[in-house]
Amino acid sequence: MSDRTQPPAGLVGPIPWLRKNLFGSWISTAITLLLIYLIAKIVIALFAWGVVNAIWRVPYNQNGIAQTAICQDAKGLGACWAVIGDKYRLILFGRFPYDEQWRPAIVVVLFVALFVLSTIKAVWRKGIVSPAVRYIALAGAGLILLDNLAGLLETIAAVGFGQHLPLPFDLLAILNTVGKCLLIAGLLLLWPAIGVWVGTLALILVLMFGGILGLAPVAVDYWGGLPITLILATFGLAFAFPIAVLVALGRRSTQLPAVKMLCVVYVELIRGVPLISVLFMASVMFPLFMPPGINVDKLLRAQIAVILFAAAYLAEVVRGGLQALPKGQTEAADAMGLSYWQKTAFIILPQALRLVIPPLVNTFIGFFKDTSLVLIIGLFDLLTMGKIALSDPPWQSFSTEVYITLAAIYIVFCYGMSRYSRGLEQELNKARGR
Amino acid sequence: MSATAADPRVTAARKAPKRRMRVSWSDPRFRALVWQFIILGIVGGIVWYLVFNTNKNLAARHIATGFAFLHRVAGIPIGESMISYEPSVDTYGRALWIGVLNTLKVAGIGMVLATILGTLIGIGRLSGNWLMAKLTGFYVEVMRDIPLLLQLLFWYTALQGLPAPRQAWRVAELMDGATFHLFHETFANWQFGSGMLLSNRGSRIPILNWEPADNWILAAFVVGAIGTFLWNGHANRRQEATGIRPKVWPVAFGLLLVLPLAVWAGFGAPLNFEIPTLRGFNFQGGGTISPEYFALLLGLVLYTAGYIAEIVRSGIQAVAQGQWEAAGALGLRRGAILRHIVLPQALRVVIPPMTSQYLNLTKNSSLAVAIGYQDVVSIANTTLNQTGQAVEGIAVIMAVFLTISLSISLFMNWYNAHIALVGR
Repeated sequence: MSDRTQPPAGLVGPIPWLRKNLFGSWISTAITLLLIYLIAKIVIALFAWGVVNAIWRVPYNQNGIAQTAICQDAKGLGACWAVIGDKYRLILFGRFPYDEQWRPAIVVVLFVALFVLSTIKAVWRKGIVSPAVRYIALAGAGLILLDNLAGLLETIAAVGFGQHLPLPFDLLAILNTVGKCLLIAGLLLLWPAIGVWVGTLALILVLMFGGILGLAPVAVDYWGGLPITLILATFGLAFAFPIAVLVALGRRSTQLPAVKMLCVVYVELIRGVPLISVLFMASVMFPLFMPPGINVDKLLRAQIAVILFAAAYLAEVVRGGLQALPKGQTEAADAMGLSYWQKTAFIILPQALRLVIPPLVNTFIGFFKDTSLVLIIGLFDLLTMGKIALSDPPWQSFSTEVYITLAAIYIVFCYGMSRYSRGLEQELNKARGR
Repeated sequence: MSATAADPRVTAARKAPKRRMRVSWSDPRFRALVWQFIILGIVGGIVWYLVFNTNKNLAARHIATGFAFLHRVAGIPIGESMISYEPSVDTYGRALWIGVLNTLKVAGIGMVLATILGTLIGIGRLSGNWLMAKLTGFYVEVMRDIPLLLQLLFWYTALQGLPAPRQAWRVAELMDGATFHLFHETFANWQFGSGMLLSNRGSRIPILNWEPADNWILAAFVVGAIGTFLWNGHANRRQEATGIRPKVWPVAFGLLLVLPLAVWAGFGAPLNFEIPTLRGFNFQGGGTISPEYFALLLGLVLYTAGYIAEIVRSGIQAVAQGQWEAAGALGLRRGAILRHIVLPQALRVVIPPMTSQYLNLTKNSSLAVAIGYQDVVSIANTTLNQTGQAVEGIAVIMAVFLTISLSISLFMNWYNAHIALVGR
């Protein structure tokens, strides 16, 4: 029996493995040798360029201008990584005030933490569902609403009647902040995932904008670099997702043909045109849409464009999940006498959305990369900052080094996400018994 | 036939009687109607509000509306165009049409090249050779993780870094020793390899001077293609009737290759390439590929090939191993198995995602605007900056891409239906 449990000696170990996978036949051997030759040649050349002959530091003159003559001499032979050492703060954080750049740095860490937290299953479970928690969240929402209502009344009074209302606005502003904290705390307890997302995104906005908690205010015009890329992609996903679910449900609706048609037109229209045309629309047409005197910030306009664009694509992903669900689920829910929204919220969506997490992550990777298109409408994302760094005369001819660094940053984020999505996919397939 | 009609199980059940809709909240149909009115009202209201604001803003800024500008003289300098164009004479309409043609030029060729490269890489990923499989896997991963725009900028800068025409690289000289020797031996007489030049003013390639003899060669090729098609049909009929398939490939070889070659030889084997040569600071003769077009095409092809490779791989893997074995047991040869059993099944899996990749490639070609290739987006962007007619400019871009997208979808859907499994 013992000789049956062990494979024959000639089939295991590194040498049989090599024989099978690299030298299986004459053709395979030829391919292996050719590839080894090519890979060795390329790797040695890259190593010589990127490490051995590379220049890591350049001297500066008394005006603080980099003296890149040694880099120019080494051009073609060795990389000039000094450009990254000189410009990395500009590329990563843009024109954010230099002394305050710890804020965007924390923002990047928060984004990464948010992504990592989202991959933990426990976060997506239901939290403590008790009336007390619900009241905390509702009270928070009420306080925020109260402040906004007062603000609205004040605006109406000021614009319409030219008068100021005798309301305690300072107190209301404090209550508003308290309300936001209560709401996030309540959400954290009720649905941890939503709480984590709302809380982190709120914290990110606080850090970027400043103006409260003793942080110096920073105008949106000074934001730039990696935070912009992450904000556009993540806020885009967070806001597009609820819209996408509604549009997908609308497109599947049998009772409301007009709504269905509306959803179909929206999705197909957006999916038929390139993102750049939607971004152009946001940059040149959006100002025409608004009543005179109202200026919407350029970043916000691009963000709205990304949300509208992402929603159409996500809607198709969600629709895929809805279609994959057996019809029996709907029929069973109907037989239980559930209303449409009860059925959708408690039976259909939880199952359908679980199915589409892997394609959802893949779509997100796509948006993460696509945010680089805002370069064309002149927003300062990671790629744009790279180009701006290259416009500095001493460094102009070292674009390869900068582009490689930017590519490495994108690869770190995208590869991490695609690994996660693939792992999840395998898990799902296993669970389905395939 | 009549028996089935009389079968009580087949006759349709009586339809539920149509009830009139009650004007009451408890009637679902009434509720649905009300909700639709409300939603349409909200959407319509928003659209009306935006249009209202836009008209007001346009009037305040004295910007004209309508497409009359299409007939005005454009004055946009256009670097490369497939039809004649004179900036001081021709209209915006013609400039935009050139943009459309340029978009189609890069998208069409890009699709073909990306499909070829993607298929090769996809097959490479399934190779039994571990190194090959890992290397192609690495390619796919890297291409999919770097934004296309970054890749385009990289290639464009790389092409800009090429030497000036005077020191242009000859493609043949870029190869090392042995390869060059072989290449040179083969093509030296035609001056082909040394005629392909890379410089920062674009890549120069030799082009064929079209002569009357070439018309006859083309005609011979067309005749050969028709003949091959007819012979294939004949072979199909013979196979249906007798079960034995006459060989097709010798006929195809003869008609498609030998016949045109014979005509060519009959005319004295003329071969007249126009070879680019250096005159002064630039090249004369030959065809040019501009650096913008080359960078865009290269970026699009390499990027899209990464996605197509994954589609091809999953398509081939989707065909169960048992299909190969069963077909082998029936006595089919390997080529026949691939053509008649495996590929038709793999294609069915591959076509829908491939369609969306073609659409993506076309839409991604709009990134041309970032590297200065004058596609329709770039020219429309210049137009809207010059005329201020943003609404019309963006409408043109969207209309062009919607038309292209719809045409590709329609064609691929037709093709998909053509090869689809005819189910129950």
